[in-house]
Amino acid sequence: MSTATATQAKSMLEAIHDALDVALESDPDVFELGEDIQDPKGGGFGIHKGLSTKYGPERVRCTPISEQAIMGAAVGAALGGMRPVAEIMLMNFISVAADQLFNHAAKLRYMSGGVTPVPLTVRTTTGAGAGFGAQHSDMLENQLIHVPGLKVVVPSTAADAKGLLLSSIFDDDPCVFIEMSSLYFTVRDEVPDGDYRVPLGSARVAREGSDLTLITYGKQVLDCLALAEQLASEGISLEVIDLRTLQPLDTDTIFTSVAKTRRAVVVHEAVTRGGFGAELSAQIHSELFGDLAGPVGRVGSANTPVPYASSLEQAYLPTSRIEPAVRALLG
Amino acid sequence: MTTSELSIDLATRVALYRTAARIQAFDETYRASMMSGKFAGMYYSPRGQEFAAASVAAHLRPTDYVVTTYRGLHDQIAKGVPLRDLWAEYLGRAAGTCQGKGGPMHVTSPKHGLMVTTGVVGSGLPIANGLALAAQMHHTDQVAVVNFGDGASNIGAFHESLNLASLWKLPVIFLCQNNKWAEYTSLAGGTTVEHIADRAASYSMLGVTVDGNDPLALYDAAGQAIERARRGDGPTLLEAVTFRFCGHYFGDPGEYIPADELAAAIAADPIPRYRQRLIEEFGVAAADLDEIDRAAQAEVDDAAEWAFEQPLPDVSELTTDVYSQETAR
Repeated sequence: MSTATATQAKSMLEAIHDALDVALESDPDVFELGEDIQDPKGGGFGIHKGLSTKYGPERVRCTPISEQAIMGAAVGAALGGMRPVAEIMLMNFISVAADQLFNHAAKLRYMSGGVTPVPLTVRTTTGAGAGFGAQHSDMLENQLIHVPGLKVVVPSTAADAKGLLLSSIFDDDPCVFIEMSSLYFTVRDEVPDGDYRVPLGSARVAREGSDLTLITYGKQVLDCLALAEQLASEGISLEVIDLRTLQPLDTDTIFTSVAKTRRAVVVHEAVTRGGFGAELSAQIHSELFGDLAGPVGRVGSANTPVPYASSLEQAYLPTSRIEPAVRALLG
Repeated sequence: MTTSELSIDLATRVALYRTAARIQAFDETYRASMMSGKFAGMYYSPRGQEFAAASVAAHLRPTDYVVTTYRGLHDQIAKGVPLRDLWAEYLGRAAGTCQGKGGPMHVTSPKHGLMVTTGVVGSGLPIANGLALAAQMHHTDQVAVVNFGDGASNIGAFHESLNLASLWKLPVIFLCQNNKWAEYTSLAGGTTVEHIADRAASYSMLGVTVDGNDPLALYDAAGQAIERARRGDGPTLLEAVTFRFCGHYFGDPGEYIPADELAAAIAADPIPRYRQRLIEEFGVAAADLDEIDRAAQAEVDDAAEWAFEQPLPDVSELTTDVYSQETAR
């Protein structure tokens, strides 16, 4: 699918900007809408910097602080033949626009018997670790996955962020693209130029190993890779799978890996209770029960709101609980 | 009558009656069918509000967009959705507008410009803005009309939508069918605002209140609002004051509606009243109107008979249309 030839080292933030630029350039039906996204500010994190100047205020469209109106306008414009890319500044604010996303974007194709597709992309930012507190940090992906009709994407590399965002924008279904702000500036890798696409529903084996599979996505891919590197010195071989897309889910890659290692730990930043790890765990148990050397481990954040104080926030995050879960399963 | 109402041609005057007659025949036949036990389901009758749909849709082209609500039969018929397709969807049959997957509360027929029927009060307004935005960005002169009740004007989405439509000068008409009852609560029980159209002033938008049971007055007002939107002069909040004759849903006896109010509304039933006016003021032959009534009932009976013979969707359809690619499930 890729027409790319060269690559450049980019941060995830730059890669997302690049994807938006490519999409706006290549299709006049693509447009952005969201709060504060025009120049000079170019969005809360500056992701859109230069785009409203390049493509005009009609196509990089500032909205009032009105999440229901933003999401609804995006749904309607998608019904009207556009490919809107809506920004909900922070993932917690999706709850403000939930009716439009859950009851309309997700369902209009099905409820109409397939005659009103909703080719909409919602980009949103979130993640704990930066002291934003309880209402600006939640990972709410499981709420989205629980609504049939939505696709859900969480990148962990700059190249994937670009390739998955372009695939989302040009997909004919509503896609929620979750950006973890902890990765915007810290992740930097080679990003292909041009209209580079990574297909939705395809996981990536981020590190090959033989003793245990860590199944994860987003920021926790970095945590799992660091742990795999650390434990390698003890002769423990961890495989790390970066799901990239949570819905559709690449179960083939998961089952192939776990059938090989016979041990799996699922890791995510969302709180453990009711998290996507529960679904992954259930699917692995159903498919591979007789082959498993032990029960699938689940590591997520503490079952609390995200706290503010750095001591509490670090304790909330799953990072320090991955290694004990791995060691417990290895026995 | 205003000068512009006087200029409405006879064919249009009769066409408004015909649309209302088709709506009434469908509604009454469908309710009779449920009453007889032939079919069971959720249904929200628009009886009494027929002209709120007929007089507005008369100005619309097939390519114009309409968004409506669960009480949407009149809007669906007025926008041109064929009665067979509609009846089949209302029965949940494979031949329905949505292959039976939507039902009365979610009828959709984009080829007739009926883009969304929502079951969530007030949710249509933000979506209509988006449809209007698509028209604006594609540089067409399409307009979007979104229908909702007086109750929807108390929801946040209403206010966000009016604000945004005004800000972006969108070609959208917010048509509040003020039927005086928000589910089981009276207009006055939900807001101190007497005229919903007054709320437009908060968004520097034109707000117009019109008698929604006067087909010609509403036709005139809707024509102006739609023309303004087509010209690129922005949105209008148009309030069509009408009355809901039935309970909230089929089976709700509506005993909370004061008997004298309901009796007065039914005594002023807009359909026979307009029929009389066509005969007395405009010289239409009663026999011609009888023929319209007969044809409407025949069309409805044909649609019903046909729809009842259509099969239910095959169970293999359960999991189709969730995503664009079946593999994404």
